[in-house]
Amino acid sequence: MNDSATALRIKPASSAMVSDAENMAAIHIRDLDFYYGKGHALKAVNMDVPAKCVTAIIGPSGCGKSTLLRTINRIYELYPDQYATGEIMIDGRNVLDRKYPLADLRRLVGMVFQKPTPFPSSIWSNVGFALSYYERLSKSEINDRIEDALRQAALWDEVKDKLNQSALGLSGGQQQRLCIARTIATRPEILLLDEATSALDPISTAKVEELIHELRERFTIVIVTHNMQQAARVSQRTAFFHLGELIEVGNTSEIFTNPREQRTRDYITGRYG
Amino acid sequence: MAIPARRRIADISAFAFATAATVFGLVWLTWILWMTIRQGAGALSPQLFKEMTPPPGSSGGLLNAFYGSAVMILLAVIIGTPIGVAAGTYLAEHGRYTKLAAIVSFVNDILLSAPSIVIGLFIYTLVVRTMGHFSGWAGALSLAMILLPIIVRTTEESLRLIPDTMREAGFALGLPRWRVTRQILYKAGLSSILTGILLGVARIAGETAPLLFTALNNQFWSSSLNGPLANVPVVIFQYAMSPYDEWHTLAWAGAFVLTAFVLALNILVRVLARKGKQR
Repeated sequence: MNDSATALRIKPASSAMVSDAENMAAIHIRDLDFYYGKGHALKAVNMDVPAKCVTAIIGPSGCGKSTLLRTINRIYELYPDQYATGEIMIDGRNVLDRKYPLADLRRLVGMVFQKPTPFPSSIWSNVGFALSYYERLSKSEINDRIEDALRQAALWDEVKDKLNQSALGLSGGQQQRLCIARTIATRPEILLLDEATSALDPISTAKVEELIHELRERFTIVIVTHNMQQAARVSQRTAFFHLGELIEVGNTSEIFTNPREQRTRDYITGRYG
Repeated sequence: MAIPARRRIADISAFAFATAATVFGLVWLTWILWMTIRQGAGALSPQLFKEMTPPPGSSGGLLNAFYGSAVMILLAVIIGTPIGVAAGTYLAEHGRYTKLAAIVSFVNDILLSAPSIVIGLFIYTLVVRTMGHFSGWAGALSLAMILLPIIVRTTEESLRLIPDTMREAGFALGLPRWRVTRQILYKAGLSSILTGILLGVARIAGETAPLLFTALNNQFWSSSLNGPLANVPVVIFQYAMSPYDEWHTLAWAGAFVLTAFVLALNILVRVLARKGKQR
């Protein structure tokens, strides 16, 4: 009884929000449910992610925010017993459809993880890694693309003299920016950042946040974060999740100053989470 | 802040016990090495690597045995490594959550602990009886059979030790599994996979029982894998059992070279492992 009451209350609110977001949306999520075996991690999520803007996903641990990201690029398919139902529409196609080729999806949707994951090879080949797989490029074109990606990731000046050295020798913050460069080198449209700064020191975090700010002109960015100040700083839209449900989504300034839902207010003011 | 006497005594006795245990282990190792050097000193000369195994009563070396062992070990590595690495990769990656992989892994464990004499008899029945004679091929095959499960296991373990985040990062770039495996996982696990292969070589270098049934032995120089092939472990076995002093000395010398070879491999493994950690 209680549940349906909340659902009713959210509906008009979110559809009002959608009207302006929907036209611009890069990702439409419809009736998305996600299961880890018997665990029901996402419950009937409906949400639109607007293009060329940063959407932050916040919520207490276990609320399903990382799960949502892992559903968008279907990385969950690596594991048995994990499955999603519903629709995630990108460019008019449902990417959850098993016929949608994974290589196409992951070229369209790049992902950066919580812990920096440089591959055990040189900086150059880390960034060039997927390039040669997707495109036939000459050596000089590859070099240009690598430089371009490293510049966009604000790493070029720090590594331009040691492109042949191992990426494992970089600092944590540099490694994470390298992972961002690696991800944008193949020119995706959407970037998923899964707590991409939670393993970094404050200075590196600031650099990555600055980077997100610049990248939002070219990419649709979805960022999952535990850090509410970060969400407020970097995002234009914020979605609050709790126990697998989307509680509310809206412009970041509204969510943080005047949330519609009591649960959002409680979380933002630090009552739980 | 004085440390209570009881803790000090506990500390000293723990230290003493650990030291004693280390010394106990090392004593045997040095004893073995020293014994083989002393007993084989008479044959430890360049002659050992230049001349064939002699008939009783004359002097000679172990050249044919070293050659035969080297060729059979090399062949075993050539046969066992690709199959073992491929199977280990299947178990850790492609078949990771499948029932088949669980069964294969279990069977591999049985093969891993199978007595080597059983493997020797198996190859004897399969190859030697069919061909009608002992051969270097059969010897190499039996060594490969012992090496294979070791490589399967160490490859599987090495790949499993690589965190899933590395795989996810590769797959998130849209790369297919074979590229993630070949270009990321093999690179990350290279030193531990190599370590497994080298430890496997150290293990088969001293195997005697399977070679008794397969390669047998050869008093003379033979580079043909189609006939009986001399090899260090069987020569040691036969010469040590013989009543001739020259043969005894040669057996000791062979034992020393074999032990030194295995020791060198183990040191190489340590160096590799340390390099792997630094990367």
